[in-house]
Amino acid sequence: MIQITNLNFCYDSKKPLFKNLNLSLKAGHIYGLLGKNGAGKSTLLKNIAGLAFPQSGKCLINGTESSKRLVSTLQNLYFIAEEVYVPALTPGQFLERTASFYPAFSITDFYSYLKILDIDPDLLMTKMSYGQQKKLIIAFGLATNTGVLILDEPTNGLDIPSKVQFRKLIASVLNEERCIIISTHQVRDLDSLIDTILILDDHRIVIENTVDELTDKLFFGVFKDLTGMNVLYEEDTLMGKYAIVQNTAGKYGKMDLELLFNATTTNSSKLLNVLKPTTNHA
Amino acid sequence: MEFKDNEAIYLQIAAFVSDQILMGKWPAGQKIPSVRDMAVELEVNPNTVMRSYEFLQGLEIIYNKRGLGLFVADDGFDKVKAYRKENFVRQNLPELFKNMYLLGISIDEISLQYQNFQAQQNNELNQASHDENKQ
Repeated sequence: MIQITNLNFCYDSKKPLFKNLNLSLKAGHIYGLLGKNGAGKSTLLKNIAGLAFPQSGKCLINGTESSKRLVSTLQNLYFIAEEVYVPALTPGQFLERTASFYPAFSITDFYSYLKILDIDPDLLMTKMSYGQQKKLIIAFGLATNTGVLILDEPTNGLDIPSKVQFRKLIASVLNEERCIIISTHQVRDLDSLIDTILILDDHRIVIENTVDELTDKLFFGVFKDLTGMNVLYEEDTLMGKYAIVQNTAGKYGKMDLELLFNATTTNSSKLLNVLKPTTNHA
Repeated sequence: MEFKDNEAIYLQIAAFVSDQILMGKWPAGQKIPSVRDMAVELEVNPNTVMRSYEFLQGLEIIYNKRGLGLFVADDGFDKVKAYRKENFVRQNLPELFKNMYLLGISIDEISLQYQNFQAQQNNELNQASHDENKQ
């Protein structure tokens, strides 16, 4: 559905953000995009959405370059930015003016999402709190029913009950035609929703693996003794070594995204070697 | 539902469905929640629930009626029981034996405890059916 090839991008020519970045995203999945501050997560999402243009390389959505900003591409894509902008309208008025850009928009879904997220449809959006504005835009974005849905830090500013509702909503809107990409620092918020992990580091995508692949090949756990194991990354804790080791025994240990992230962004060559596909398959 | 850290989530969801069948909440022929409903309820990726359901279909505990959804198989209860028993013997029993060995607990001691437990369970069952008859 989304195909990025040899993407090069920079805001300042002395500091390239992406160097020949490649990435391929399919419908029917929820991708979690992780990266350090300043790694370029938001910029990558903007390149996908046609809001920033590559210096070279291509970013295709269903075979069309998103930088061309064709109506056919934009009407099938919704981007929920980290900082949302809202006009001085009520959600109902916003709907009347904006929903018609999205052919698959569902008014019924929109109002049901507003209800679930506890948003007053008759209140001026500018009078709402930051969290409410964010939830409103999330409700709108989900109701567009676009094939591509991009969410940049969606859980920032959401209170605890809203996070639960958000997870339920995301679980309910995924289908085989939809590709959902979520960038986040709040990994624990989205832990069991994301099925494929993308880690952006050092100007490229270093991890592009399904959660199943990661837990098949890696074992996350606390060890008193690590001898004889292929240790890929370790941190000291009071209980012993908290480590990622190669999973050779076919055991299951819940993936710890924070540990995986730290491993990837420090010394990752051993880890990446283990994750490398053994055969070349599509 | 709180997920444990030592078992894949799809297997924990499969175990949840199996529990409902063993407890008689979902009898043979009962329609089970759709992938979407289950994913929303548990706040997990629908692909994970799909994997759980495929796993249970593989064990013939549930089956797919085209266009209608997933249902508990006629012998679903027995299939769950057989699968659980196999798991118990393979996983839990060695753990139990290890503890018995370390703590010096004899089989006779366990046997006595188990008889008491059985009696207690039967009493509770009788009490429950007695109460039902009254109503």
